[in-house]
Amino acid sequence: CSSGTRFPNGDGTDGEYVGFATLPNQVHRKSVKKGFDFTLMVAGESGLGKSTLVNSLFLTDMYRDRKLLNAEERITQTVEITKHVVDIEEKGVKLRLTIVDTPGFGDAVNNTECWKPVADYIDQQFEQYFRDESGLNRKNIQDNRVHCCIYFISPFGHGLRPLDVEFMRALHQRVNIVPVLAKADTLTPSEVERMKNKIREEIDHYGIRIYQFPECDSDEDEEFKLQDQALKESIPFAVIGSNTVVEAKGRRVRGRLYPWGIVEGNAMGGPVPAGTGTSRTPSPSCGPHAGGLGRGAGGAP
Amino acid sequence: MFKGPVESKNEAAMSELVPEPRQKPVVPMKPMGINANLLGYIGIDTIIEQMRKKTMKTGFDFNIMVVGQSGLGKSTLVNTLFKSQVSRKSSGWNREEKIPKTVEIKAIGHVIEEGGVKMKLTVIDTPGFGDQINNENCWEPIEKYINEQYEKFLKEEVNIARKKRIPDTRVHCCLYFISPTGHSLRPLDLEFMKHLSKVVNIIPVIAKADTMTLEEKIEFKQRVRKELEVNGIEFYPQKEFDEDLEDKTENDKIRQESMPFAVVGSDKEYQVNGKRVLGRKTPWGIIEVENLTHCEFALLRDFVIRTHLQDLKEVTHNIHYETYRAKRLNDNGGLPPMTAETEENHESNL
Repeated sequence: CSSGTRFPNGDGTDGEYVGFATLPNQVHRKSVKKGFDFTLMVAGESGLGKSTLVNSLFLTDMYRDRKLLNAEERITQTVEITKHVVDIEEKGVKLRLTIVDTPGFGDAVNNTECWKPVADYIDQQFEQYFRDESGLNRKNIQDNRVHCCIYFISPFGHGLRPLDVEFMRALHQRVNIVPVLAKADTLTPSEVERMKNKIREEIDHYGIRIYQFPECDSDEDEEFKLQDQALKESIPFAVIGSNTVVEAKGRRVRGRLYPWGIVEGNAMGGPVPAGTGTSRTPSPSCGPHAGGLGRGAGGAP
Repeated sequence: MFKGPVESKNEAAMSELVPEPRQKPVVPMKPMGINANLLGYIGIDTIIEQMRKKTMKTGFDFNIMVVGQSGLGKSTLVNTLFKSQVSRKSSGWNREEKIPKTVEIKAIGHVIEEGGVKMKLTVIDTPGFGDQINNENCWEPIEKYINEQYEKFLKEEVNIARKKRIPDTRVHCCLYFISPTGHSLRPLDLEFMKHLSKVVNIIPVIAKADTMTLEEKIEFKQRVRKELEVNGIEFYPQKEFDEDLEDKTENDKIRQESMPFAVVGSDKEYQVNGKRVLGRKTPWGIIEVENLTHCEFALLRDFVIRTHLQDLKEVTHNIHYETYRAKRLNDNGGLPPMTAETEENHESNL
């Protein structure tokens, strides 16, 4: 019998239909019951809008009780690793989201090897998983490995800074790096284009292996394929995050209100002027490629 | 005939001995008025016009330094300030040029003319500042450069046959560019300003201010002002150099409300409401550089060029340079430093 056919014979009989084609649905139902784990790391110097973007992406307010240090306090601060865990549910699907933050990264006067605590943390999670895997009770292993690291690149430079290059080179073998161009509303469309080209060129030049979104299946429809292609060409994603709701054209949206206009930062691919690619980010982490990020973390990239 | 000035001086001396506030001086304070009526208009006030004419003929020097991480729009801002291409924009470091390992100092001079007045403007750029992974002591080359200019001036001054008009290469104003993170100052910002506010006039500006909404800007400025105060950083205009009450009120307002100026620079023009304005065109609107509701560039320009230009030079000469000079003379045991000429004379005398 042909394993691919879903539909019985045209005359309404079952024919040679066995029924194991429902397997994906069964897996789906079990997974949904179990819930998903996802660990997302955000890295980059302070003030690039990391927390705002995280809140924007997942429509939460994770950093309510955060206390920001002033410059004098930061002089003696070292890079910390902090974790925020939040359980999100949408349409019956449960997600346990862990956000790993790296406050202090890149802020000091001397930032030599400031990526080391980050690399150590990632290695520790791998070590932990490895031990759990080798252990006797493997039923409920908690996967705390970092599945994806969003690295924030400053829009105020001329491309990658020495620190950006160092960080990504130290970490690209350990974690899936998704570079984003932060606070993109600072830049005009031509500046965004120029920055992206420069960054892409430099990533190539320095041999940095950022996360490659997997090719979409050949049987997907054309529109999806085009969308996927456009997504890949937008890397690094130029992002704008917002925690505030503003009124624009009679609608209430998440955005930023300037004296010269309103920027809509609404994540889920809302109306966006062509060519800016600003609203694209959430799709990869939450949409079609989320599974890929999870798989990617398990094996070597 | 002219008893006035002499008498008021004695009177001032007397009032020191007898510390009673005298409401009505016995001798009128402007006796010239009375005598002037007898002789007619003297014309002493024309000295202002004479000075103006002389300045126009000789022109004047102004040296401005820009410091900040690369990409903060320093060159664009200077070009916008002086409405000319006086600073070459760096488009970043291409692969052949490496980022300088130490901070470089690049001084480029231009002569700008306006209304018959010639200004020799020198823009001093500091590429490489704050761009390394390890930025420790990256302000040292800058401090060294500033002191070298003081030294040059000092050597000219103590020269026996010194030039009529000593060329002034001293840094009159240092614009420090703060990155608009929205949080607070960086440790590097504090370190730089702590070290350099004692040798040069520092004017902190918040770069690329179009990153922030109005509320974010207000909050950020407040936080930065507080941090500067807590750390004892005296930026220009320094409180201790306010000459009189008028200065103090004016400067207080600037210090406590306007500074640091949140600026946006641009050398592109766009049409807005029938006018051509300098600005940035974003998909959400045009940011007008000279529009006070958009950013504070106009305030910075008026401050540095239209009201405090002369004062910046005076404070540099009367305060910072004098501090340097005093230190040098003290180190030398009260003797002026040797110049090439005095050294020769000294040797020939032996």
